[in-house]
Amino acid sequence: MLALVLYQHVGLWVGALLTLAIFSFLYKDNPVYKFAEHVFVGVAAGWTVAYTYWSAFVPNLWTPLDDLFHGKTEDEEVVWSWLLVVPATLGLLFFARFTQKWAWLSRWSIAFLVGTYAGVNLTGMFQTNLILQAKATFVNLNPNGFPAGVNGMEQVFLYNLPILFGVLACLTYFFFSKPHAGFIGVTARIGILFLMAAFGASFGYTVMARISLFIGRLQFLFSEWLGQYFESLRQLA
Amino acid sequence: MLALVTIFGDLQYPLAKLVMAILLAVFFALVILYTARARRGAALYVRPIGGLSAMNEAIGRATEMGKPVLYVPGMGDVDNIQTIAAVVILSGVAKLAASYDTRTIVPIRSPMLFPVAEETVRNAFVDAGRPDSFNRDDVRFLSNDQFAFTAGVTGIMLRERPAANIYMGAFWAESLILAETGFLAGAIQIAGTANVSQLPFFVAACDYTLIGEELYAASAYLSKNPELLGSLKASDVSKVMWGAIILIGTLAASNSFLDRFLDRAFGLPTFADLFTFTTGD
Repeated sequence: MLALVLYQHVGLWVGALLTLAIFSFLYKDNPVYKFAEHVFVGVAAGWTVAYTYWSAFVPNLWTPLDDLFHGKTEDEEVVWSWLLVVPATLGLLFFARFTQKWAWLSRWSIAFLVGTYAGVNLTGMFQTNLILQAKATFVNLNPNGFPAGVNGMEQVFLYNLPILFGVLACLTYFFFSKPHAGFIGVTARIGILFLMAAFGASFGYTVMARISLFIGRLQFLFSEWLGQYFESLRQLA
Repeated sequence: MLALVTIFGDLQYPLAKLVMAILLAVFFALVILYTARARRGAALYVRPIGGLSAMNEAIGRATEMGKPVLYVPGMGDVDNIQTIAAVVILSGVAKLAASYDTRTIVPIRSPMLFPVAEETVRNAFVDAGRPDSFNRDDVRFLSNDQFAFTAGVTGIMLRERPAANIYMGAFWAESLILAETGFLAGAIQIAGTANVSQLPFFVAACDYTLIGEELYAASAYLSKNPELLGSLKASDVSKVMWGAIILIGTLAASNSFLDRFLDRAFGLPTFADLFTFTTGD
């Protein structure tokens, strides 16, 4: 029990002091910030190695292969377990970079990875990033074509027409085969205005989200860390 | 058409998948066509991209000041198309910097990307005729963790004081932290990403920003690689095609005449249904 309480207090103090050390950068770069930065980078690297080893390497490769070589694998799983030799070999090829003579072998692993991901993601990206976005731009420009109670003129001129025109203008901005001059130049210019308006809105939205993160850290400092001591003092008083 | 729809219907493929297959086939055909043209030496025009000419200026400034160039190839892994574009641009940047005998510091987040980036920078130094100037320690793996990596990069900005910071590739929540720290350090900054949610921060805090597809166009523009030029041209043609599809879709959404025609002629549902993926696809 004492150990748990100590652990909780030590954890809180470490978290709070590291938070303050990071915030000290708001004044300027200083040794306290440097210390926190190095601790963060080092701990993150070490944690990633340990996490990857125990959550990916051991359960997905080591244990199945170990079972296979010790005859513990079910009959119907044997073929699949043997197939693990392929990713194991591709993984080992990365270590070829330690020798100058065989370093080129590591390219095979990278090529396999890039090619596989490109193929697997192709249809998904095409569907979500292109087809569904285009479909969302099929807007109704007929003021009489809306359900009763909807102001058709407002819907068309305030929402649907700017959406359609904005998309086409932005598409023109990203047209690289012709110089941005004349009609294409004017349309591209309008397209960049639409983009900047969207960026402005996105900037404001995200800044609000960042402020909520900052509030979260302040709550940690004042409520979880200092709050318990204030509470103790209040009870004593 | 109706027969194809019926066959695909029997195979329980939704109509939208057939449409997607046709559109993908058209796009691939365009890529193959334009790549073949580029390989044959046809002059494929690519309009100038503002941020690219600024790179020469930024590297020149770093050389004059005797300071390094910092190139961050994003937070994505080697399987991310933005990272691949960033590595192609890195090749051009490192080669130009090497020709001026200026260091290029490349912090890396992904362990998979590390050997690729190292080899790219080494080759750039060899191409520039300065293989001995390549310093292995300038391509650094920092951390796989997003914000630990960010802390490491900001540390480099503040301690090694690069005169030019170039951010290319996929970025997420760290974009403003990086760009803001670079701004405070007084570096000239050029960014490029296709992560739409992060573009506002780069636009606000950097001197030049490559917006979205400009990142891919930049890699084609710099490398003059026939495959990249071919796919850039193909994507331009498909933009015209998609513009036409959007106009037809809008026409169909505004007036039911087209939808009635599709129904009577081909037995098809509405035009928008051709692009509708049902639940469980």
